Amino acid sequence: MEGQLAHIGAGLAAIGSGAAAIGVGNVAGNFLAGALRNPSAAASQTATLFIGIAFAEALGIFSFLVALLLMFAV
Amino acid sequence: MATEAHGGEEGGLVFHPMDQFIVKPLFGGDTIEWYTITNATLWMGIAVLAIIGLMVLGTSRRATIPTRMQSIAELAYGFVYKMVEDVTGKDGVKFFPYVMTLFMFIVMANFLGLLPMSFTTTSHFAVTVVLALLVFLTVTIYGVAKHGTHFLGLFWVSSAPLPLRPVLAIIELISYFVRPVSHSIRLAGNVMAGHAVIKVFAGFAAIATISPVSVVAITAMYGLEVLVAFIQAYVFTILTCVYLKDALHPGH
Repeated sequence: MEGQLAHIGAGLAAIGSGAAAIGVGNVAGNFLAGALRNPSAAASQTATLFIGIAFAEALGIFSFLVALLLMFAV
Repeated sequence: MATEAHGGEEGGLVFHPMDQFIVKPLFGGDTIEWYTITNATLWMGIAVLAIIGLMVLGTSRRATIPTRMQSIAELAYGFVYKMVEDVTGKDGVKFFPYVMTLFMFIVMANFLGLLPMSFTTTSHFAVTVVLALLVFLTVTIYGVAKHGTHFLGLFWVSSAPLPLRPVLAIIELISYFVRPVSHSIRLAGNVMAGHAVIKVFAGFAAIATISPVSVVAITAMYGLEVLVAFIQAYVFTILTCVYLKDALHPGH
């Protein structure tokens, strides 16, 4: 029973990757909106874009980690 | 990790998608001590040798018209140098050898891990946590040694209104100490998740009705993983540069 509950928990943790997808989409979408308004300044901001995406994505990876822990460590 | 939850009997897949991450001793035996030569050791060694081969052999002839290998070595050098200079400023260039070593090791380990039947060293938290802790310790020790108590200005946001500052200081302090955690888990998690997804699709390829779809999916995921392998190495290095900038110029 406890193992099955852990599997349900792992499935619930996978919702977190959807939340991370919203975050990454927000960052990339806003970057594109800004870049199309001022294309000459876009190239200098790609590093900032990747840092923003990385921060948003890290929290999704945390949920993946929780799922892994529930599957294999509990 | 995956030995007790092997999905072969009940899950229906031919092999477990996490089996590829098992660390095995190379020369027989079952126990793994700190000195045991495992497949992780082997692939880390291959990564280091590949970097030496690329950088030393590639640039040894110093031709005016570069060969392909020389172009790659020079592009990598220029890419990382520009990144360090842009993010940390002119006085951060003294950290360039460190950042270059990090970038080359991670990108080479990621790419070697994409070879079929190989072992991905960067998919293990044991590897990435050590790399991230080294960055964290470098930043903290260098920052304290260079600025002393002034380094604490990193946590005291002087541009915020005074009543808010203690609250912000707590948040900044937490985010500072979570850095090595997120820094390492981002790299290992991304690489591990991508490889596991490829293996899951590979497991579906054994079922005849959906095998064409799954072969196409493996190809598409592999292309994405080549991109992710580079981007994650880039992200790890640029975040190292951002953290080093905090050590060089604390305060907001």
